[in-house]
Amino acid sequence: MGALIDIRRASKRFVKGRETITIFDKLDLVINEGDFVAIMGPSGSGKTTLLNLLGGIDRATEGEISFGGVRLDQLTEGKLSGWRAANVGFIFQFYNLMPMLNAARNVELPLLLTRLGKGDRARRVQAALEIVGLGDRAKHFPREMSGGQQQRVAIARAIVADPKMLLCDEPTGDLDRKTADEILSMLQLLNREMGKTIIMVTHDPEAARYASRVLHLDKGRFIEQGAMA
Amino acid sequence: MNDFSIVLANLFRAKLRTSLMLVAIFFAFLIFGVLAGVQNGWDNIGNSGADNRLVTTNKINFTQPLPISYIDRIRAVEGVEKVTYANWFGGFYQEPRNVLVTFAVEPETYLDIYRSDFALTPAAEAAFLADRTAMVAGATLAEKNGWKVGDKIPLNSNIFTNKSTGKRVWDFTLVGLLEPAKEEANPNFVLFHHKYFNESVTFGQNTAGYALLRTVDKSVNAAVAEKIDAMFANSPAETATDTEKAFNKAFASQLGNITLIILLVVGSAFFTILMIVGNTMVMAVRERTREIGVMKTLGFRDGRIFRLVLGESLLLALLGGLPALGLAAVMLGMIRQLVALPGLELSPPYLALGLLFMLALGLITGLIPAWKALRLNIVTALGRQ
Ligand SMILES: Nc1ncnc2c1ncn2[C@@H]1O[C@H](COP(=O)(O)OP(=O)(O)OP(=O)(O)O)[C@@H](O)[C@H]1O
Ligand SMILES: [Mg+2]
Repeated sequence: MGALIDIRRASKRFVKGRETITIFDKLDLVINEGDFVAIMGPSGSGKTTLLNLLGGIDRATEGEISFGGVRLDQLTEGKLSGWRAANVGFIFQFYNLMPMLNAARNVELPLLLTRLGKGDRARRVQAALEIVGLGDRAKHFPREMSGGQQQRVAIARAIVADPKMLLCDEPTGDLDRKTADEILSMLQLLNREMGKTIIMVTHDPEAARYASRVLHLDKGRFIEQGAMA
Repeated sequence: MNDFSIVLANLFRAKLRTSLMLVAIFFAFLIFGVLAGVQNGWDNIGNSGADNRLVTTNKINFTQPLPISYIDRIRAVEGVEKVTYANWFGGFYQEPRNVLVTFAVEPETYLDIYRSDFALTPAAEAAFLADRTAMVAGATLAEKNGWKVGDKIPLNSNIFTNKSTGKRVWDFTLVGLLEPAKEEANPNFVLFHHKYFNESVTFGQNTAGYALLRTVDKSVNAAVAEKIDAMFANSPAETATDTEKAFNKAFASQLGNITLIILLVVGSAFFTILMIVGNTMVMAVRERTREIGVMKTLGFRDGRIFRLVLGESLLLALLGGLPALGLAAVMLGMIRQLVALPGLELSPPYLALGLLFMLALGLITGLIPAWKALRLNIVTALGRQ
C-alpha cells in the first residue's frame, strides 16, 4: 500500500524567552496506509509533539506534512478542523471522555460534525460500542466505568466516524497489564480487520510488540527497529 | 443528541452550582417583575385622565377645600361645559385597614363627566339620583366586600362625624354597581350624595374638596384654567387649575418618587447577579478547558464552541428569568385584587424590557468565557492534566 503520511524536512521549535528549543530539525518520515506504528523514546523527546503535528492540532515551524496528498501545513484552521473530523481518531492516555455525557453520547460526539441523521447516528454509535464490547453500557456515564472500559468508549468514539487513521498517545499508560493487552489487541484488530492506520506513542516495550513497525525518537532523530509482530 | 443537549448537559453537570445561580437570577427577575408592575401602575395614574378635563383645587394644596360657591362661578366661565365637585370622605369598611376610596359627589354632574370612564345601568342611575342616602360602588369592590344591591352598608369615616348619630359611622344603601366603560378604567371606589354629606357633617359645610370640569375642547384648556385662577386671585381661597392628567401625575408624585427607588433596587439586584453569574460562568468554563480542547481536537470549530458556551449562559438566564416574570405576573394579579391601582401588571413594554435584561445578562455573562473558549489553543488545553 502507498504512503498515507509524508513528512518532509519538518522542524519544530519553541521560543522561550531568549532561548529557542528545537524538538526536531528537518525531520523526514513516511507512514504507509495500513501501518501500525509504535513511537518510543525518552520523555521530552517530542513524541506527543509529533503526534499533534500528524493530527493537525499543532503546526510545524517549517516543512511539509501531507496526508493522502493533502498538504496539512497549507490548510486554514477551519479546514483543518474539518479534516480532523473526517480523517483522524484520537485516543488519549486519560481517555478524555466528556463527564456529563453517557457512553453513547460520548461516542456520538464526532458524528455531530457529519451530515448523518439521528437514526444513522444511533446505528453507528451502537455498532461502534459493539465493536469495543460495550454494547450494553450505552447509558453508563464515564464515572461509572473502569479505566479499561472508558478507554474502550474512547476507542469507539475514535472509530465511529470511520477515519483512516488513529493517533494514540500512550493509550495503555494508565491501565494494568491485562487491560492494556485487551486494548492493544483491539487496536491490532482495528488495524488488521478494518485497515486503520495506527500511530501509537508508548513507553512500554510490551505494547510496542503489537505494532508492525517501531520508531525510536531521540534528540530529534528516528532510529528504526525491525518489526516484531 | 444535538448542540442543545450538550448545552443542557453542561449547564446541569454541577447541579448545586447551577441551582444557586438559577435562584439568584430568579429572585432578581422577580424583584424586577413586581417593581416593573408597580411602576406601570404608577405610570398609569400619571397618564390617566381625559384631555378636556381640568381639576381646580385650593392653591395651598389639594387637601384644602374650596367654598361651594365657587362651583357656580366656575360654571359661568366661558369654555367650561360641565362642572362637578367631590369631597374626600376618608372611608373605610369595618376595619381601618380596609380603606375605601370614597367621595361625596354631586351625582348628576359627576356621572355625566365620567360617563366615558364608567357606567351604571339606567335603573341604578335613577335609583342613585332618587335617594340621598344611596351609594354606588365599583362592581369588583362590592364583590370583594360581599355587598349586594339593596344592602344597607355602614361605612366609617376617619374624618367626619355624622351629626344625626354622633358617630363616625354613616349608613348607606347600595343601589348600583359601577362598571368600567373602557378597558383601562377601574372604578374601584364608592360615591354618595354631596347633599347628604353636607347636611350631616359637623364641620366643613358648604365646601367642595375640588372641582372637576370638562371644557368644550382641549384647545381652550389653558385659557379656561387661567381665567378661573385669575377669578379667585387675592381671595381667601386661591385656586390652582390644571389638567386632570397633570393633577393625577402630581398626586402620584406626592406619594413618593418610586421610580428612583425601583431603579436603585433593580439596578443593584442586576449588578449583583451579573457579578455572581459572570464569575461562576468563567470558573465553570475554565474547569472545562481540557474538554473544550478535546472537542476542538475532534473537529468542533471555534465558532461552534463559542456558541455552545454562550448558549449555556443564555439558557441559564432564561431558565431563571422567565418563571420569575411568570410568578411576578401572578403576584401582581393578586395585589391588584387587593388595592385599587389599575395598571398594576406586567405591561408589554416592561415584559419586553425584562426579556431584554435576560438576553443582556446571558450575553454579558457568557461573552468572556465563550471568547476564552474560542481562543483556547488545543495543545495548551490538552497539556493540562
Ligand atoms: N508549548 C511549548 N512550549 C515550550 N516547550 C514545549 C511546549 N510543548 C512542548 N514543549 C517541549 O517540547 C519537548 C517535547 O515535548 P513532548 O510533550 O512532545 O514530549 P514527549 O516525548 O511526549 O514526552 P513524554 O514522554 O513525557 O510525554 C519537551 O521538552 C517540552 O518541554
Ligand atoms: Mg507525551
